Amino acid sequence: MNGELQGRIAVVTGAARGQGRAHAVRLAQSGAAIIAVDICKSLESTPYAGATWEDLLTTVGTIESAGGTVQAISADVRDLDELCKTIDGAAEALGGIDIVVANAGIAGGAPIEEMPPEVWQEVIDVNLTGVWNTMKATIPRMLQQARGGSIIITSSANGGIKAPPNLSHYAASKHGVIGMMRSLAVELGDRGIRVNTVHPTAANTDMIHNEFTYRMFRPELPNPGRDDVVELFKSFHSMPIAWIEPEDVANAVAFLASDRARYITGICLPVDGGLSSR
Amino acid sequence: MTAETTPNLRLDGKVAFITGAARGQGRSHAVQLASLGADVALVDICREVDAVPYSQGTEHQLDETVALVEGTGRRALRIVADVRDATAMADAMKLTLATFDHVDIVVANAGVIQLKAAVDITPADWSELIAINLTGVWNTVSPALTPMISRGAGGSIIITSSAAGVKGPPNMAHYSASKSGLVGLTRSLATEMGPHSIRVNCIAPTTVDTDMVHWPEAYQLFRPDIDKPSRADVVDVFTSINVLPVPWILPSDVSNAVAWLASDESRYVTGIVLPVDAGTLLK
Repeated sequence: MNGELQGRIAVVTGAARGQGRAHAVRLAQSGAAIIAVDICKSLESTPYAGATWEDLLTTVGTIESAGGTVQAISADVRDLDELCKTIDGAAEALGGIDIVVANAGIAGGAPIEEMPPEVWQEVIDVNLTGVWNTMKATIPRMLQQARGGSIIITSSANGGIKAPPNLSHYAASKHGVIGMMRSLAVELGDRGIRVNTVHPTAANTDMIHNEFTYRMFRPELPNPGRDDVVELFKSFHSMPIAWIEPEDVANAVAFLASDRARYITGICLPVDGGLSSR
Repeated sequence: MTAETTPNLRLDGKVAFITGAARGQGRSHAVQLASLGADVALVDICREVDAVPYSQGTEHQLDETVALVEGTGRRALRIVADVRDATAMADAMKLTLATFDHVDIVVANAGVIQLKAAVDITPADWSELIAINLTGVWNTVSPALTPMISRGAGGSIIITSSAAGVKGPPNMAHYSASKSGLVGLTRSLATEMGPHSIRVNCIAPTTVDTDMVHWPEAYQLFRPDIDKPSRADVVDVFTSINVLPVPWILPSDVSNAVAWLASDESRYVTGIVLPVDAGTLLK
């Protein structure tokens, strides 16, 4: 491969499937070597199954069969020690870290009066503290390398810019990463490390396509399915789409990761079909 | 160029309509979009403007842009027109459609600046900046809407706002107002055009290294402490505006963002303000 990210090394969390897999595959297509991190198990509070080690191996297979380089890591972003140790090992082997895509995240939904504190805590731990842990596990090495870099944090259009009901935990976490991004952008700018967030609308992944989400959106139906939520999801957007593909987010991530965006830092980049500008 | 590994960036078969194309950012956008495969209509006023204290693009410079576009192997249509003249802009769009059959991309880039304390801005200053920077963009974009809608192939409209359209630097109340107006125009149009898959976005650059920035009175405003400051004398002041350690960015940096917004790489991105601002909005 001979792409615009040739010679760079990218850490991607939540890389076993969905958006994280799309980011890993896309950055690898552009020439980056990938450190693919995923928890590879289900979480207590999450109303859909977590990714598996087999999913992560599928990401690895997709990258390797196209001639790319990838190291898979099973690690929990909530566990700073584990994250630092595993990422350090891979970065040492591959030659550093140039790009970080802090993508791992979970969603759920409940009215405040019904949301158990444990659910709040788990979403904050994964989506907010997990991102900070990812920063902590990568930025010191990037500073030491002194060759700049690009950090992309996955926020959300619905949860990070707008504020839908029943997502107090998710919205708090996705708004929180914007503050983290902005502070780090200012802190690291003089060292040539750029930090930005992407704000996807609903992406065509397991996070939205599950029984829990269908029931949340169509409580009046006994057994709602994918077809039953299309019109509702369409109504969120200016463009005539129900959801976007993970690859659409990956295209934005690839732009921010590349030198095409060499002077873009501190920004929120929506990929949302007009959801947040209406 | 990144097109080899980013096939969705290609603009083969597309037609772009670009204002302020004689030089600076507009020229850079034209050459970048052409190098990705688009034919381009190049519009510039090619004469001086009353309120503006630095010289405008010339017919000779517009010819140079034409030559640069043709050098990429694409076609260029040269149009001298004033964005303040709605009839002239409607005619420019008609000529573009007659020449290239359709239009896919509009880059409403033409704009001017004047630096004055608010108390010194005259009604004529105010009117001219609003007429060029805000109404001029409307005059550029509106003739494209009906043809784009009736063709049914979507489109991408890219409006040049400014970091000064998002926050409020001093000595440019009229400029900041015009550029803020473009953010509202972008968002409302994005909502209205969304059902037709016509995307509307604006970019918000920090200082760009063009003739709009480099003129004696501007230097003097930023360095009142020295007599006849030079380009080198203002580097530190301009650097202090940004988070990244650069005084200004290059036109090509803005063009990279324009190309991304013009292409299918951003096929579901609409209604956004895309800063290319070296972090200035955080300072």
